[in-house]
Amino acid sequence: MLDIKDLHAKVEGREILRGLSLQVNAGEVHAIMGPNGSGKSTLAQVLAGRESYDVTGEVLYEGKELLAMSPEDRAVAGVFLAFQYPIEIPGVGNLYFLRTALNAVRKQRGLEELDAMDFLALARERMKLVEMDPSFMTRSVNEGFSGGEKKRNEIFQMAILEPKLAILDETDSGLDIDALRVVASGVNALRSKDRAMLVITHYQRLLDYIVPDRVHVLANGRIVRSGTKDLALELEKHGYTELEQQPAARPSPVLDGAL
Amino acid sequence: MSSTANAFFEGLSRFDVKRNSHHPGWMKGLRRSALQWVAEQGFPTAKDDAWKYTRVAPILEIPFEPAEPAISRRLSARAIEKLAGDLGRARLVVVNGYFAPDLSSLKRLPAGVKVMSLAAALAEDEELLGPFLSRPFREQPHAFTALSAALAEDGALVQIPANTTIEEPIHVVFVSDTGASPLVSHPRSLVLAGANSRATIVESYVGILGDVYLTNAVTDIVLEEGAVVEHYKLQNEPETAFHIALLDVRQGRGSRFSSHSLALGASTARHEVRVRLEAEGAEVTINGLYMPQNDQHLDNPTTIEHAAPQCTSRELYKGIVNGNGRGSFDGRIIVRPGAFKTEASQTNKNLLLSESAQVDTRPRLEIFADDVKCTHGAAVGQLDEDAVFYLRSRGVPHGAARDLLTYAFASEMLGLLRVEALRSRVERMVAWRFGGVAAA
Repeated sequence: MLDIKDLHAKVEGREILRGLSLQVNAGEVHAIMGPNGSGKSTLAQVLAGRESYDVTGEVLYEGKELLAMSPEDRAVAGVFLAFQYPIEIPGVGNLYFLRTALNAVRKQRGLEELDAMDFLALARERMKLVEMDPSFMTRSVNEGFSGGEKKRNEIFQMAILEPKLAILDETDSGLDIDALRVVASGVNALRSKDRAMLVITHYQRLLDYIVPDRVHVLANGRIVRSGTKDLALELEKHGYTELEQQPAARPSPVLDGAL
Repeated sequence: MSSTANAFFEGLSRFDVKRNSHHPGWMKGLRRSALQWVAEQGFPTAKDDAWKYTRVAPILEIPFEPAEPAISRRLSARAIEKLAGDLGRARLVVVNGYFAPDLSSLKRLPAGVKVMSLAAALAEDEELLGPFLSRPFREQPHAFTALSAALAEDGALVQIPANTTIEEPIHVVFVSDTGASPLVSHPRSLVLAGANSRATIVESYVGILGDVYLTNAVTDIVLEEGAVVEHYKLQNEPETAFHIALLDVRQGRGSRFSSHSLALGASTARHEVRVRLEAEGAEVTINGLYMPQNDQHLDNPTTIEHAAPQCTSRELYKGIVNGNGRGSFDGRIIVRPGAFKTEASQTNKNLLLSESAQVDTRPRLEIFADDVKCTHGAAVGQLDEDAVFYLRSRGVPHGAARDLLTYAFASEMLGLLRVEALRSRVERMVAWRFGGVAAA
């Protein structure tokens, strides 16, 4: 589904991604772990189409050149980024915003647009996944939401938009244990054989709840280790320091269970 | 006066001699002295500090003629509703500066409430109304208030007796219908709110697409003790027209006044608001939304004068500037000696949507009293790129994302409009301008 080859990204002349390669198949959940500043969020932003980066390399998404697509074209093609810091947009109602987004996606998929009533019914149902209070629907997008409410709202949006490739950027940051459990169970409910997920996190904790098929360690803009979920436990024990010294490695099944 | 200004002035004052014959003596005197004032002082230029942002020169280049009272064939009650909306039962229509009884609907007003032609009211009671009419010119003269004092023939009078409440808004519609020749009208309006009365007044300024005209409007509102007046002004003149207006408000003890100015139309428009808080405990809120696009210039000079203790003023103006548009907010707050415990806040926020859009913002606080709380803030910015990206990352196309965020910036102001029929009308106008919103 996603095939990243030798991806480089620069911002203001500083190279953040330095030849990152990664393959993710439909139905798989891959975790990307790494220390602060390793390029995790940059990877998420680049995949979603943020234009402030100077990007080279190749990213194929369902065989199409992802890097040539606008952010909105990526979204309607099924790419979704759950933001680390969701943006507050005063004056734009959550419900209105999401219906506009869903209808853009539906149009692309050749489906009929949903009217306000049908959308409301869908929203009520999906809101339960993340135990969101229906009053959030009538408020402006993320305005005055707590950190946890914002993260729930991201997963709720994902549940509405039903992407094929979901990128979760530090969805666990700022969550207490109860909120983490709720958000993770929402994410797990959305796992399916047709959907791939890229779960970006600094901490192993999230992976207790969202169990990945593969774990990759990102350091200095490259993937330096890949393995099974046990790799995350190893990192928890030893930290990132050792791994940061290592040269880039391509993800390889040979490493599975090596630790 | 320059030769263009002189020709402009001659064109307008030429007819006055014959027009003046029916006026009482004091009014003839006022008219003569006001014309004399313009002849001597001329028109404001960019060098006049209070007119720094308003371009007057293009107005003076047009050979305007004074509008005559005439029955318009293009206008019907239905056409008026299309132009200005239907906000309820009480509607007074002024065409080219003259009351149009056939287009107005003034039935079923509470006893004692007067909503009528100003000329007719003057004929009934010149002693009461006379002093109000000359005041804006006498107190702060400039060429346009002088022209209004000299040449205004008619307009609206709204008089609410003490202790009377009118629930429905009173809609005063100023229509220009000029046809081939460029016309000037000087609609003059007066709202007298008696002690503890309550009313809502909506002024709409509209015209016919392609017509060239100048509206030179002066509206006085006087609130006696404890009166509560909500005022709205929707200026939606065609972009071939010019609009110079003054709203002059006096507030008595404990009165509450709010005004919302919506500046959408006209080539050049100046919406001046002056409020004088004359007695203790008066409160005023003045808000404005201006949205110049193409080559429009929309200016908003405001003056709030705290002349008595314990008064409160709040001001919020927002500008959305697109194309080669230019907007300005010039907000003066004066706190007179002795006006202790004054609370004044002023905010001006501007959104620039294009490279060539321009905005000027100038807060001016002149504080001559102790124990006052005055705050002000001004901001000029562009759309938040993070928010644009967020919307795009959810599938909203780039243009629609920008439109949605622009509408959101305006929506704070729209939410403050408490006359629902007006609010939904303005919401539609703003959404239409930012097409991505209407489509959704």
